[in-house]
Amino acid sequence: MCLAFPAKVLNIEGDLATVERSGVKRAASLMLLPEAKVGDYVLIHAGFAMQIIDENEVQIRDALVAEMNGAPRTIRNEELGIRNE
Amino acid sequence: MNKLIKKISRLAEGKKHLRLMEVCGTHTVAIFRSGIRQILPENVELVSGPGCPVCVTCDDFIDKAIAYSKQKNFIVATFGDMLKVPGSRSNLAAAQAEGAKIKIVYSPLDCLKLAQENLDKKIIFFAVGFETTAPTAAATVLAAKARGIKNLFMLSAQKLVPPALKFLLNDSAVKVDGFLLPGHVAVVIGANAFNFLAEDFKIPSTVGGFEAEEILAALKNILEQIDSGKIEVANEYRSVVKAEGNLSAKKILAQVYEISDVEWRGMGKIPASGLKMRSEFADFDIEQVAPIEIEHFNKKTACRCGEVLRGIINPTECPLFGKICTPLHAVGACMVSVEGVCAAWFKYGGRKLIWNEE
Repeated sequence: MCLAFPAKVLNIEGDLATVERSGVKRAASLMLLPEAKVGDYVLIHAGFAMQIIDENEVQIRDALVAEMNGAPRTIRNEELGIRNE
Repeated sequence: MNKLIKKISRLAEGKKHLRLMEVCGTHTVAIFRSGIRQILPENVELVSGPGCPVCVTCDDFIDKAIAYSKQKNFIVATFGDMLKVPGSRSNLAAAQAEGAKIKIVYSPLDCLKLAQENLDKKIIFFAVGFETTAPTAAATVLAAKARGIKNLFMLSAQKLVPPALKFLLNDSAVKVDGFLLPGHVAVVIGANAFNFLAEDFKIPSTVGGFEAEEILAALKNILEQIDSGKIEVANEYRSVVKAEGNLSAKKILAQVYEISDVEWRGMGKIPASGLKMRSEFADFDIEQVAPIEIEHFNKKTACRCGEVLRGIINPTECPLFGKICTPLHAVGACMVSVEGVCAAWFKYGGRKLIWNEE
């Protein structure tokens, strides 16, 4: 039941934000994350933004998904915390 | 991915049989879906703990929610997973079929609208969840108060994860060599909230994300700790988990709730593991506004949910599993929720594993 997904903050009005993920937009409350700004990637759970996501991590994630879908390898093991031995 | 698996195999080589426990329903499902159990070395066993908040909600709370839903002018709102969870005699879905007013919501915030549209009714949010979800219900109470909404109430069956881990470690029947810590609980309470695992119990643990790579990276980290003997609370979900967690969410939790002793399904009463509404918010607490007495009912069943939830047995060791207890006709709570341990075993490999054992 604790589904959470990353989304980008597009707009903020009071403590309500419009967030977007893969083209789908929905409202999310910022009551638990008042520091979120437009442009931030946030983790959404049960209609609330819970935490700001490190943007670098989001890019690594997106690149990994692209790799799984056939894109050439762009992420080095070190970035994933894997040491080459 | 291959590198991670090789590294894990190398670390596990020559070690005794290791039991690593995950305590999050989303981890349970992610582990089964990705097939991680099947590729791990033979001596590394993944066991599930009490990580599904739906599953650990005990009969009495369900009975209470059903009783409220049958009263005139009451509407009970809750997450969809709760509907089929068995109480002592019935479940919310059956009550709904009999005409009780039960609504499924995605967010507790949806209850604000429900309350404003039904001013002549009392709306009860049947709040289940751990630290990830509890702040969303607490924030909803604050929003209701700020907007002057007077017909929204909470029935709080919300619980805390760290006291349950402590309880498990003090139970000699439970054998655990390391914990894969719940990523989204840690988003709120912070990785530091688990420091007692290393300090008091000398047990390795790592906060993990939910992708296959993230789970493997966390398992690798736990094995490294076992290998080196350097025990700590590691964090492999740094993109969202901070050492101190989400301070705003923690503040709202503390503002609305106080900590209480509460009953967990299959585990009994765990000290300081429940979230009860503070007296300042009594007007929003249905148990204080309109208390209801439920007769406790001990049902006789061969269901071994309790031992499954403590990681003592695997679902296949329960005599009901896959026979009279299936997702369509669930006897125990662990088979009802899609994130329940038994449901995951049934869907993703319980049968194959039985076949392998033969």
